[in-house]
This record gives sequence, structure tokens and C-alpha cells, in this order.
Amino acid sequence: MAMYSEKVMEHFQNPHNVGVIEDADGVGEVGNPICGDLMTFYIKVNGDVISELKFQTFGCGAAIAVSSIVSEMAIGKTLDEALKISKEVVAEELGGLPAQKMHCSNLGTDALHEAINDYLKKQSKKK
Amino acid sequence: MRKVYFDNVATTQPDERVLTAMNPYFREHFGNPSSLHSFGEAPKKAVDEARTKVAELIGAGPEEIIFTASGTEANNFALKGISHANREKGKHIVISEIEHFSVFHSARTLEKWGFEVTHLSVDQYGLVDPHDVEEAIRPETILVSVMHANNEIGTIQPIEEISKITKEKGVLLHTDAVATVGNIPVDVGKLGVDSLSLAGNQFYGPKGAGALYVRKGVRISPLIDGGIQEGGKRAGTEEVPAIVGLGKAAEIAGEELSSRGRHLEELRDYFIDRLLQEIEHIKLTGHPQKRLPGHVSIVIRFIEGESMLMFLNIKGIAASSGSACTSRALKASHVLTSIGLPHEIAHGSLVFSMGAKDTKEDVDYVLEELPPIVKRLRDMSPLY
Repeated sequence: MAMYSEKVMEHFQNPHNVGVIEDADGVGEVGNPICGDLMTFYIKVNGDVISELKFQTFGCGAAIAVSSIVSEMAIGKTLDEALKISKEVVAEELGGLPAQKMHCSNLGTDALHEAINDYLKKQSKKK
Repeated sequence: MRKVYFDNVATTQPDERVLTAMNPYFREHFGNPSSLHSFGEAPKKAVDEARTKVAELIGAGPEEIIFTASGTEANNFALKGISHANREKGKHIVISEIEHFSVFHSARTLEKWGFEVTHLSVDQYGLVDPHDVEEAIRPETILVSVMHANNEIGTIQPIEEISKITKEKGVLLHTDAVATVGNIPVDVGKLGVDSLSLAGNQFYGPKGAGALYVRKGVRISPLIDGGIQEGGKRAGTEEVPAIVGLGKAAEIAGEELSSRGRHLEELRDYFIDRLLQEIEHIKLTGHPQKRLPGHVSIVIRFIEGESMLMFLNIKGIAASSGSACTSRALKASHVLTSIGLPHEIAHGSLVFSMGAKDTKEDVDYVLEELPPIVKRLRDMSPLY
């Protein structure tokens, strides 16, 4: 597709970390099938590092590529580092996104942050 | 890798005979048809001949054909030109909910100019009920515009029945026949329309040439002012090669219409049967029988249109979709929402429109490649 970069096409065709984690430590779901995008992120946290991440996505090429690259960027990072991953950085990592697809990079980082917040909420409940 | 072009509603591949007919008008016969000297002779003759051929295809008189640059221009011209010319009689216009944007947005502009527009709803198949047309018409109604067939869902409208009502009420009827002319039989007398739009690039002619049929006696204000081309109705030096191409395409269509139609209907019905059998959670959109011959439009649940198009493209298959992600405006197709599809289902839309030269092997190739694509995307989807 002419509007997408090579990197986006790569991640679209071979997305990393697709799947579900049954006993996830945190789950984040954002988007809305009504708008045409839905992303669910599952994380496992070891100490304060994201040790595992899996995602499922309903959406366009950009949505799938964003989910894949966000998952790559987040695994192995601390929760604080992961919370700092922004949509601009994601778009840059992907070699740029067409203007009307920037909202997809927003969604990806939101799903990650939701998963982290879900984990933190669960942790504080335990205490 | 096999290349399959199943996006003929976007544009069709020009026939070789059309290209051959056009060529001389780029080279030797490059003159302006309006020139008095000898260089204008052949171009003028060619434009006149093309006009006759287009008129013949739709059962009109040559003087009732006005060449435009596209189907979109023809639609703009019809809506704005007819409304303006008849504004003393009234300022109410009726269109369907599923018109092409060139009609839809022209109507919106007319609203800004002080006209009132009623949008007729359609049923689950996209059909307009002639009775609704009757209900919508008021004393101040001057124009009804309902497209002959819809490019997204393939449904063919009951224009003939609608025309009986508009004639009775003394209201003009226009139809956007861009998807039908050259693909199914279209006769303006039989349809009963006062105006009709068509476009060359929809039936194996070139881009850059369309036409508006305006029945003799119907008043229409020009959209494009200038010189006296097209009987003073549409100024601008004629795009001679494209017009010649349009004429040739019309001539060929006249000869090949029935065989094209039969071939495409067979392919279409085979394609639909196999799709519905082999893919779960899938639905045909548009009317199952009253539809364009080569048109297959479906919605596939739990996955999204653009990602399907991307995978199909990687396999050399060209198709289209009504999903929000495939539109610049990020809105799901107004046609799909008008037929009652919830947004999340509309996003899984896929439209295949086949052309005259396509074969069963092409369809089989798509049938081979699509199911694994669907499975792959469903495995990734939180909704499945």
C-alpha cells in the first residue's frame, strides 16, 4: 500500500507478540469497534519490568503495525519507561504514519498504559 | 504472481479498440473542433460521431447529449443546473440516502444556496420504495434524483416505477447511471428519466469523458461558462481523444452488452455461492438478484476492511471496501449505515467488482487466497 512505510508493512505482515495471556497481570482494552479500532494488551510484570506482552487487534494496517511495534518497545522496559512511550515515538519508530492514521499510534500507547494502570490498580488492591 | 483486478467500479481497463480509436486525436488530428480551418474538421467530425454513438447506446437523440469531464461533473451539472433553471417553480429536491457523493454533496451545496433537500431512506437491500418518492413530493418539488445502481452494494433501483410517479406529479427525474450504462441495458425512454449521467471509465472507455443526457425541452443552466461548446451548455475545448474513446466504448458496449452481462452474472453468482459457503459469519450486502452483473459486496465479521485489502494487495488482488479506515474522513460508508448495518459490521466490508475479461480462474484464485487472510486476521482479533 503506497501510503504505508516499509516498516509498517513489515509489522503488518509479521506482527510480533500476537495472542492472549490467560493469567495476565494487567489487561488494557481501548478503542471501539464502532470507530473501527479495538486493541487489547495483556502484560506480565516481573518486579517492575514488563516481562511478557501479548495483544489482539481489530483494525486497519496501521492499527496492527502499531500494536506490534508498541509490544516490541515495551517488553523488557520498566513500568515507568513504558508509561513514557508516546505516540510520536511510536510513529517515528514505524518510519512515519499518514496523518489520518496517527490516531492509531495513540490507541497503541493508550492500550499499553491501560494495561499498566490495570496492573497497578490490582497491586494496590492486594495491599 | 497472478494479478486480479476486481475493482472495476473504481475504473475499468480501456478496451484496445478504444485506445486505437483515440490515438489519431492525440497525433494527426490534434486540432480544436471549433476551429474554422481544416485542422478543426476531423476533430469536429469525431466529436459528432461520438455523440451519436453515446446517444444510440441509451436511446437518446444526439442533441440531448452533453459531454462532461466525468460522471461527477455530470451529476453536479444535473443537480445544480436543473435546480437553478427551475427555481421559479419551486425549491425542493428529493434524493436517496445512498447517492454517490457527487450527488449527495451537490445537494448539500444546493441547501446552502437556499434549496430544501429530502433524503429518501432505503430498505435493507438498499432499495428505494417508489411509494416513498410519492410521499416526499410536494407542490414545490422540482427534481428527484435516484441512482440507477449503487457502486458499493450493487443494488439496481426501480427507476421505471419511480418515473411513473414523477411524470404524474410533473416533477423532473434524474438518475446517476454511471454504474449501469455500458454494463446493463439502459434506455432513457424505457426508464422514463428526464436526465441521466454516465461515465466512459466505467465501461472500458478512458477517464476524462462522461456525459449528461438532458431530454429535449428540459431546462438546465450551464455549470461551466465560456465559449459556445456543447450547444452553449458546457464550455471548454473538448477533450477530443477522451470523447472519441467514450464513443467507441459506447459502440462496443452496444454490441457486447448481453454477452458481457451473461458472463459476469454467472461469475458473480458462482463467486457469491462459494464465498457464503466457505467463510463463516459473512453476509452479502445489496439485493441478491437486482444487482450489477459483476458485483460482489460482502461484510465479514470480526475483522476490518483495510487490513483485508492490504493482504489481498500483497497477493496481487485489487478490491475495495466501505470501512472507515479506507476513507480519508475515517467514517464508515454512508451506504452501509443507510442499509442498517451497525458500524462494527460495516468496517468488515469488502467489494469485488469484476470486469468483462475476468475469468473463473481469477475468481478461484481469490477464493483460494481470501479464506486464509480472513483466518489470519480473525486469529488476531479480540472480537472473534
